[in-house]
Amino acid sequence: MQWDLIFSNALYAAVAINAIGYALIAVGLNVHFGYTGLLNFGQAGFAAIGAYAVAVVVAQYDWSLWAAIPLIFVGGMLLGLLIGIPTLRLRADYLAIVTIAASEIIRLFLSSERFRWLFGGTDGLQGFTGDMQELNPFSGRFRVWAQSFGAYDLFMILVGWSIVALVSLLVYSLMRSPWGRVLRSIREDEDAARSLGKNVFSYKMQSLVVGGVIGALGGAVIAIGNRAAQPGNYSTTLTFFAYTILILGGVARVKGPIIGAMIFWFTITLVDNVLAEAVRTDSVPEWLPSWLQVTDSNFGQVKFIIAGSALALLVVFRPQGIFGDRREQVFDVR
Amino acid sequence: MSVDHTDDADVGAGPPAAILRRLEGLPHEVGVAKPDPILVADSVHRQFGGLVAVDVDHVEIQRGVITALIGPNGAGKTTFFNLLTGFDEPDRGRWTFDGDDVTGRSGYKLARSGMVRTFQLTKSLSRMSVIENMKLGAQSQRGERFWSSLMPLAWKAQEKENEERAEALLERFRLDHMRDEFAGSLSGGQRKLLELARALMADPHLIMLDEPMAGVNPALTQSLLGHIKSLRDEGHTVLFVEHDMDVVHDISDWVVVMAEGQVIAEGPPESIGTNQEVIDAYLGAHHDLDLGGSDER
Repeated sequence: MQWDLIFSNALYAAVAINAIGYALIAVGLNVHFGYTGLLNFGQAGFAAIGAYAVAVVVAQYDWSLWAAIPLIFVGGMLLGLLIGIPTLRLRADYLAIVTIAASEIIRLFLSSERFRWLFGGTDGLQGFTGDMQELNPFSGRFRVWAQSFGAYDLFMILVGWSIVALVSLLVYSLMRSPWGRVLRSIREDEDAARSLGKNVFSYKMQSLVVGGVIGALGGAVIAIGNRAAQPGNYSTTLTFFAYTILILGGVARVKGPIIGAMIFWFTITLVDNVLAEAVRTDSVPEWLPSWLQVTDSNFGQVKFIIAGSALALLVVFRPQGIFGDRREQVFDVR
Repeated sequence: MSVDHTDDADVGAGPPAAILRRLEGLPHEVGVAKPDPILVADSVHRQFGGLVAVDVDHVEIQRGVITALIGPNGAGKTTFFNLLTGFDEPDRGRWTFDGDDVTGRSGYKLARSGMVRTFQLTKSLSRMSVIENMKLGAQSQRGERFWSSLMPLAWKAQEKENEERAEALLERFRLDHMRDEFAGSLSGGQRKLLELARALMADPHLIMLDEPMAGVNPALTQSLLGHIKSLRDEGHTVLFVEHDMDVVHDISDWVVVMAEGQVIAEGPPESIGTNQEVIDAYLGAHHDLDLGGSDER
């Protein structure tokens, strides 16, 4: 096996555009779930809105990419308000139901044949990143260890991590302010917050909008970095990966979702590469039981079984995540 | 739980003596007008399906004293309490607080206007430190608004002020050694104290305590009672729900008795024990004061 290639691939995935996008999406979810206790199962919907807000107006209506960027924020905000107004007064589980439904509605709309003229159906949209590519100061290909990548990838990695840094700084300063204290009090017990004169509905709405906008930003980063917006990238799986990342890194910690995203992509890519290599070189051990025999046709699924088990073990033995506070696990959430 | 109550409500202690004297002259009857009511409720009605939980005709709560709201289990005390504090909505009825009509006003707005409540099952915010719990209680915080929260200069001074006030209160309630612990690590009694101290951070005119003694050990009960009395002596008005008659005798200046959703008696604590209607409600209907009825809501 070419271990150097496998490892450099996995390391690259830990910092590449998908890790950046997922980190942002999980940071948004951290605002919802980690700090406010809102069970948002529709984060993929926010990400999709962010991606398509840019893709549609640039690819279909020839806007400049820079003019489209504010639409990411507007889109995330509108979706937050749309979902929040009817559900935030209800119990937490209703928000979970409505958000998961909303994100599926969005994805099905985006991939529908009827709106192919606008959203490009299941193929999605391409060709909206010209402005970004023009700005790219790098050229040629780069090579670090066994990994080679293009100039645009390098540029987007730098831009992406700068955005992650800015957003983390924003979340950090919000959460250590009295505003963040109110959010955490709502997570602990919203009646207590209410009894102390806090407008719980308004704070939940602000949280939903802030986290939603960050999620939309993450979706847009993925689309711009991959030079394509495709509905398949924004299925509910994305939401659950974001939860995995969040819990892995440590809930209600600023660096939790960021380190979580890196570990997540490292693990998934490592397992994927090892399996692919084993299949390619025909070196899957004969003595493995038949249900563990990895073949060309099933290694995509086995990858997630193995990676999922690894992540589950990590959560079992370190339930607070990597940066969580062990003491917090002692107290019941409700 | 037994509480020593050899000294009855300590009439004559501290500033509210004058107000207490005015209460003395009042007739011991339901709905009696108080000299200076802070809270007045009229025809408050709340029904759960076929069950009338609360049907209060008229009741006034005197400013500056400790009023106890008592009654057997299922009398509707907590429901009435939830209605008054904006945590439940009545089918009909009106009530005023500090002279303003606050009927149907939501809980957080009532808290802002000075009516702060606690809960029967303490709601300490477990995964926040004791000092954070306290600071949350402060009102009109600039740093709680989204945009100004991003500018520490706009709220740092106020935060410092609140922190000092919180520390003074923690000291008073003997919680200062727990300042930076998670509130979830406090004992049941300490949580009650924290909840009371946190409510005081909001500078309430009226403090509404829902069974402040529930689940508190006898030793701490005494100190909690002392704290509640000292609140009154500082000019706060206290209304509390309780079903332990000993506690009621010990600290209340006026007692309102509810049974089956209605106010059935009012008067100073000494008069309540001999009131036939109250004895009927407690003993006649349910036979056992401590076990109470099975229709607790």
